[in-house]
Amino acid sequence: MRTASRVLGSAFFESGFEVQDAPRYGAERRGAPTFAYVRASRATIHERGIIGHPDLVIVADESLPAVPAAAVMQGVTARTVVLIHSREDAAVWKQRLNLDGLVITLPTSEANAETPFVGSVSAGAAARLVGVVSREALLSAVRAEIAPFGELALRESERHVLEAYESMAAHAGVVVEGDEARALDYARPEWIRVPFEEARISAPAIHAAATSVQVKTGAWRTMRPVVHESLCKKCWWICSTFCPDSAIEVTAENRPQIDYDHCKGCMICVAICPSHAIEAARETEQRSEGPHDA
Amino acid sequence: MTRQLLTGNGAAAWGARLARVDYVPAFPITPQTEIIETLADWFDSGAMPGKLVTLESEHSMITAAGAAAATGVRVFTATSSQGLLYGMEMIYAVAGWRAPFVMVNVSRGLGTPTTLESDHTDVLAARDSGFLQIHCATCQEVLDTILMGYRLAEDTRTRLPVIVNLDGFYLSFTREPVEIPESRAVSEFLPPYDPQNVRFRASAPTSQGVAVLGGSPYSYFRYEAHLAALRGVEVYDEVASEFEAAFGRRHDAVEAYRCEDADIVFVMMGSFSTKAKAAVDELRRAEQKVGLVRIRLLRPFPVEALRRAVAGVGGIAVIDQNLSMGRGGVLHTEIASALYGEQDAPRMLLSFIGGLGGRDISPEELFEIAAETRKAVDSGRAPPTRLLYTAGELREIRKLQAIAEVERREPEQKS
Repeated sequence: MRTASRVLGSAFFESGFEVQDAPRYGAERRGAPTFAYVRASRATIHERGIIGHPDLVIVADESLPAVPAAAVMQGVTARTVVLIHSREDAAVWKQRLNLDGLVITLPTSEANAETPFVGSVSAGAAARLVGVVSREALLSAVRAEIAPFGELALRESERHVLEAYESMAAHAGVVVEGDEARALDYARPEWIRVPFEEARISAPAIHAAATSVQVKTGAWRTMRPVVHESLCKKCWWICSTFCPDSAIEVTAENRPQIDYDHCKGCMICVAICPSHAIEAARETEQRSEGPHDA
Repeated sequence: MTRQLLTGNGAAAWGARLARVDYVPAFPITPQTEIIETLADWFDSGAMPGKLVTLESEHSMITAAGAAAATGVRVFTATSSQGLLYGMEMIYAVAGWRAPFVMVNVSRGLGTPTTLESDHTDVLAARDSGFLQIHCATCQEVLDTILMGYRLAEDTRTRLPVIVNLDGFYLSFTREPVEIPESRAVSEFLPPYDPQNVRFRASAPTSQGVAVLGGSPYSYFRYEAHLAALRGVEVYDEVASEFEAAFGRRHDAVEAYRCEDADIVFVMMGSFSTKAKAAVDELRRAEQKVGLVRIRLLRPFPVEALRRAVAGVGGIAVIDQNLSMGRGGVLHTEIASALYGEQDAPRMLLSFIGGLGGRDISPEELFEIAAETRKAVDSGRAPPTRLLYTAGELREIRKLQAIAEVERREPEQKS
């Protein structure tokens, strides 16, 4: 997403705009929701930080709307255009997320949702949706940002970015600049005076045990380990011992059971199993079979 | 001169490169690491002459920076937050050596609780150290201020190290258009360092940073450093004028934005002040006479420039992105002490705390701060210090506390 924001930012800059682009991430770990934002204006940009009411929101992974920490719909209004990388219909997402504005889906093949090029696709689509970035400016931005990653990455990025740019032709220019906050009739902040509370309440301590169980880290997976019962020698200890997240439990019958709510998909069990009884399967294939919980 | 998109960290690295620094002692810490990574690449590729050395801690890093500066070479280093505090013993020590160099601090809130995002409580811990301290609001300023910082540090009247502060995330990881000046123009503005008697030669031994016994010599040396820091105000103004003549950009010690006829002003430091600029523009469109005063030079404190900027103003709203436990906003007390007893000082001085740990400040909140300040001016009563915090935020805390099983029940009364 950082690369997507840089490509789009550079494309605006090439087109004569003042620009601000930035990534935002908290915990540095695989699967953590990250986001990036781009501002562009003909005048000097004084606003900074998170965009309160974005004109365009791009969701690069369709599992994110269900993750509260990702807060992808924050600040979305009826005039915000929402673009979702998904194999499902825009109408489904419009209804599911209860959105009033325009929703566009960008069909994902299994390929681009989990390759580095999801950023290029996002940047290419955004460039067309805003309607003020030319193909040339976009390509020049891709060259500036991707060239350091090598010739192959550059060629592939150019291809993806252009495909996405063309695919949005029917929606060119649908994103329009929103109003800034007005000093005359603004919504007053709901300020409160933070109450005094004794340290037994206000010290930053977690008294509950095992709260990490409540965080479904299984959503971070891109690959999922699948145990083949017929190949499993029921050794009872190897995969469960090596699992760094204690996500494999062994039953009384010595069968390994994977806790998919918390398995992060590191695939150590796949590598370690001496009888090759655990296979790595693509998460997207698995996900499409299960019910959506969005 | 080229204009390109750079992060605040990238701009800091360019500042060090254009200043032709000889030596960079380094230690990584989020959100600063990109600065030393960029410099390491340039040293490695030969784009920069000189040497970068990774040290085993910030304590050693700052010692190395001071020690190298004491040999008469140009030194750059960078840190953030916990790292700055880990090196704090040496921050105070090297300032006393009177060995000039520039250190970038990328502001990040201090633990506990641990966080990654920005506020100024970290860098304010160095406020009384003898380092001069400048706060940047844009990525362009970061680059420019490092160049100005060397002039300020190396001037014979000051000869003190300088901290250039930029805010984590809001500047460090944010790309903005930045003009990178020609290196020839920089060389003219910032000639090679003339260390005079700051040197270390085996053939001519000197003892620097000596110990003293007794308060009398101690007082002399400490007060001399203080007087040098105070001289920094005039040195800074000269440097700012020369910088403007060379590069066309003016960075005053105190930036006064739309203050000429203002009856209310925000007073702030750092990158959130650009948000306040946007709010000032919008308030002006709504025909409210509101301005912004930004303190760029915090040490030495530009008392006269502040007084000029707020002359004729009715009410000041200080928005502190820091917290001094048991007192409140640090900038608020700085402003109060600079204005107290002045004949035409503004009548109302309000204190707001906002942006702790990177917490955003919305345009609506800035409008509301202006409204509260106006109310205080009209009624003659200032409200108590306010933390910018909403009912919604407290609701979220309550949810987290429920998950953490924080006992909210009152303890049983003993009969």
